[in-house]
Amino acid sequence: MEKVMVKGTEAIGEAAIRAGCRHFFGYPITPQSELPEYMAKRLPEVDGVFLQTESEVATVNMLYGAACTGKRVMTSTSSPGFSLMMEGVSYMACAKLPAVFVNVVRGGPGLGDIQPAQGDYWQATKGGGHGDYRLIVLAPSTVQEAVDLTVLAFDLADKYRTPALILADGLLGQMMEPVEFPEFRDLSTLPDHSDWALIGAKGREPHIVTSFDIDPYKLEKMNLELVEIYKKIEENEVRWEEYKTEDAEIIITAFGTIGRIAKSVVDMARKDGIKVGLFRPITVWPFPYKPLEELANKVDMFFDVEMNMGQMLEDVKLAVKDKRPIKFYSRMGGVVPTPTEILNALKEEIRR
Amino acid sequence: MKKVLYKMPESLTGKEFTYCPGCYHGIIHRLVAEVIDELGIREKTLVVSPIGCSVFAYQFFNMDGTIAPHGRAPAVATGMKRARPDLYVFTYQGDGDLAAIGTAEIMHAANRGEKITTIFVNNAIYGMTGGQMAPTTLLGMKSTTTPYGRKAENDGYPMHMCEFLKEAKGVAYLARTKVNTPQDVEKTKKAIKKAFLAQVKGLGFGMVEVLSTCPTNWGIDPISAGKWLEENMVPEYPLGIFVDKVGDEE
Ligand SMILES: Cc1ncc(C[n+]2csc(CCOP(=O)(O)OP(=O)(O)O)c2C)c(N)n1
Ligand code: SF4
Repeated sequence: MEKVMVKGTEAIGEAAIRAGCRHFFGYPITPQSELPEYMAKRLPEVDGVFLQTESEVATVNMLYGAACTGKRVMTSTSSPGFSLMMEGVSYMACAKLPAVFVNVVRGGPGLGDIQPAQGDYWQATKGGGHGDYRLIVLAPSTVQEAVDLTVLAFDLADKYRTPALILADGLLGQMMEPVEFPEFRDLSTLPDHSDWALIGAKGREPHIVTSFDIDPYKLEKMNLELVEIYKKIEENEVRWEEYKTEDAEIIITAFGTIGRIAKSVVDMARKDGIKVGLFRPITVWPFPYKPLEELANKVDMFFDVEMNMGQMLEDVKLAVKDKRPIKFYSRMGGVVPTPTEILNALKEEIRR
Repeated sequence: MKKVLYKMPESLTGKEFTYCPGCYHGIIHRLVAEVIDELGIREKTLVVSPIGCSVFAYQFFNMDGTIAPHGRAPAVATGMKRARPDLYVFTYQGDGDLAAIGTAEIMHAANRGEKITTIFVNNAIYGMTGGQMAPTTLLGMKSTTTPYGRKAENDGYPMHMCEFLKEAKGVAYLARTKVNTPQDVEKTKKAIKKAFLAQVKGLGFGMVEVLSTCPTNWGIDPISAGKWLEENMVPEYPLGIFVDKVGDEE
């Protein structure tokens, strides 16, 4: 397959279609509107359905309805829009409905701005909606990775019957890079979910998809089923990238696009004779606690870099425990730090 | 020879209703089930239950179903219908569900001409949560959150959903009925059938608003509730067919 130059948002849309997604519901919000625009143009070409909804609240519920029929469904939004979807996300997680969400995170909280940020990490990985639930959360750092993780998100969502989330940011959404797209999935090979999907109760007992049981003992059973699913995901689906960690004395931890910037920092630091490596979680839930803890036994110091107030830092601390010092550098409000700024901050920490 | 006059519709599971004595939810359920039986579409129909006393509707209707978040049933139904246009989808919603939290979803589903059917049960109060004011609560009517009676200056006016929705071009059938007399039950069944036919024929959105009772939260007995509905709700909510693009043949 040849490589083509594509914008992040459009690459995610094309990847979704190739993964077998034929239903997209969405509401415009910067910086991701090119994704619904792409789907509006592209889906009719493959007999798919694009619907611009009246709100993100409606979006997530249309996703709920379409997912009930067992089809591969998707939406994308940016921070304030994802907040509006939280009610439905919680319902979908409990009803065990596979679907793929894309949150192209922008500066916040509140209306914030439209620049890249990472302030939705807690919302994505620790909840946001009500009740005990988890989402599979994948954080790409390049357009190619966004393509690959979009396909993976559909497969994992189907496999575990749970919503999956691509946690991106405006930088990744707007960036153009050469990518290689996967082949088109043959729709007939996708899981049809006819064992639970709402497709008409012909010759059998009705299928019921709900997030509800008035009997607390039965609801607890539903909760425990989810716990089992989440355990399996934690056992099997942890993904991360290590870069020059073999001989590293300092490890930068970073996710998403800042993880990619941190790669340049590693190379720059090494030119200056500082042995730095990068640890980049790809699944931010489930978070790669174990591999990060193993690194803690070998290196001197951690340097966590994020575009938020230190949200992933809490997970880094859980992994490293008190074994090594962890320093932190961040920019917020949609400010993207340059590699030099990060390197200077790192050098300052070393001097201290 | 014995003749069967009434039997349980195939579209009901036979599970005992959880509704209070004198509540019309049960009658309306039965009418919906009879219509689905008569159209022969049970095996291709999906039910979207609401939040409210009829949250259990999915247990009573003998077909695939789900419960939508409060007010969002029209959006859930839209997703289903767009994913499986060959299936029939209906939502069953109370007035709190449809006319308060879910106003945007019903307006837009109707305006898009979404090929779904909505059964809208208007009992002028929030039943399940214990008798709070609904958008449909009458002026002067007492509820737990309008203990001195609903006042327009504070609480706004009763919402007339049919009157709002009739302007939407995507609506193919729209009617307001009641079920407090046998004749009304027959009329309501006809209306429900037409609302489903609007979907079966692919004409657009169909809705029937059925005026209903809540003896429990109105604080009166079932007989008086029927009378109260007749004397107070009917003047506020005129019955009638607001839109009918289905025509007469069946
Ligand atoms: C988001 C949300 N808000 C509030 C509630 C609580 N709630 C449950 S039922 C209900 C009112 C339902 O009233 P209505 O739709 O009129 O139905 P009825 O019970 O009268 O049949 C409310 C407010 C909820 N479940 N979800
Ligand atoms: S509370 Fe009211 S609406 Fe609910 S079941 Fe009882 S009578 Fe019917």
